[in-house]
Amino acid sequence: MQMFPLVAQGAQVRRRGKVLVGPVDLTLGGRGTSIVIGPNGAGKTTLLKMLHGIVRMNGGSLDWACPLEEAQKRQAFVFQTPVMMRRTVIDNIAYPLRLAGMSRREARARAADWAGRVGLGEILQRQATMLSGGERQKLALARALVREPEVLFLDEPCAALDGRATREIEEILAHASDSGTRLIMSTHNMGQARRLADEVIFVLGGRIHEFSPAEAFFAGPQTPQGRAFLNGDIVE
Amino acid sequence: MTDLWAGLCQAFWLLVTLDADLVEITLRSLRVTLTALAIACAIALPLAAFLAVRRFRLRRATIAVLNALMGLPPVVVGLVVYVFLSRAGPFGVFGLLFTPTAMIIAQVIIVVPLVASVAHQSLRELWSDYHDLLISMNATQFQRIQALLWDGRRALLTAALAGFGRAIGEVGAIMVVGGNIDHATRVLTTAIALETGKGEFAMALGLGFVLIALAIAVNLAIHWLGRTESEGRW
Repeated sequence: MQMFPLVAQGAQVRRRGKVLVGPVDLTLGGRGTSIVIGPNGAGKTTLLKMLHGIVRMNGGSLDWACPLEEAQKRQAFVFQTPVMMRRTVIDNIAYPLRLAGMSRREARARAADWAGRVGLGEILQRQATMLSGGERQKLALARALVREPEVLFLDEPCAALDGRATREIEEILAHASDSGTRLIMSTHNMGQARRLADEVIFVLGGRIHEFSPAEAFFAGPQTPQGRAFLNGDIVE
Repeated sequence: MTDLWAGLCQAFWLLVTLDADLVEITLRSLRVTLTALAIACAIALPLAAFLAVRRFRLRRATIAVLNALMGLPPVVVGLVVYVFLSRAGPFGVFGLLFTPTAMIIAQVIIVVPLVASVAHQSLRELWSDYHDLLISMNATQFQRIQALLWDGRRALLTAALAGFGRAIGEVGAIMVVGGNIDHATRVLTTAIALETGKGEFAMALGLGFVLIALAIAVNLAIHWLGRTESEGRW
């Protein structure tokens, strides 16, 4: 059953009377890579978490084309600061498969395969908390991709990584996208946004100010805030 | 100082000669304490994980009560268990009073709040790390608790050791419900109390040193088995 389109109508997140995100009206199709950009505190992370369903909405609606329970099983999230479970690399990657009821042997075999794909094949038995920043993010990606989700949300996955690690992460993401995984990702890195984006969601003050194809956005944003942000000006 | 030296000599002598009475009460101490600890952990650890993961109306009050119960006076626990197990009490028909089982029951009641509170502190921090991840992965409540208990196992070992320390050194409750009966319910702590009452300080100190050595040995053994200080572990 098709997951997309994902339709948000008046979706809103409030905490202690303050609107963090919304109201958001948005329709996302099932192909390509959407990049969420905006200044610090714009609401990018909350928007992604709201779309993924791990932040409770206080108003509006969010509808997948398939039943919600089904949609939840077919998506994954990579956090800005990767959460390392206190296990070995292979057991971290195998964990989502074990949750889904796969046998330990099969889950570990698939986890080993995915670890190899992201370049962690040599350190399967290392404790995850001992990994470097780049290795942690790769592990988080492998753990998210191991169940072959149709949608992958990523919250600034390359923040605080050096150029080499960023390139490796981008290669993994490009491969996932080529394999049909829908990517919805936030970033501060405009170069990365230009490299990866098929469409851009520009967020400011918790609202979506622009939602347009990447080429059109980078050629000339429609809003003054978008233009200011792209020019590197301070946008509030 | 003379008593201390005599106590050390006595302890050494008891150990070297493998004194039959010492072996008997030491084994009984271990049996009662480890059984109580196993039962207490089976209750307290899932409870601690549940309190970390689940939000419900009286959660804070439950945690506060649990913390307060860490200071339960053992003698009062012994008294309550005595009332329940005495012939006129609701469980009198089972004939458990003045048996090791009664001692285990009393120790479980004393140890559960301590293990649960210490474990909850660790699991609460772990849950704050895992919260978004496990929700994102659609882990069920049971799977979340499982993950916390498994990944927090080394911190939980500390909670269990705290419980062991409390149980092995307990005297008030088990004296009341066990009765300190020779060859039946006498354990190291009650034997120490008895010897002190008789004025046999050297013997009492000797047993005390054996008790301390036993507690340290069990702690070291558990640390070694759990490899808590190994490189790359937690």
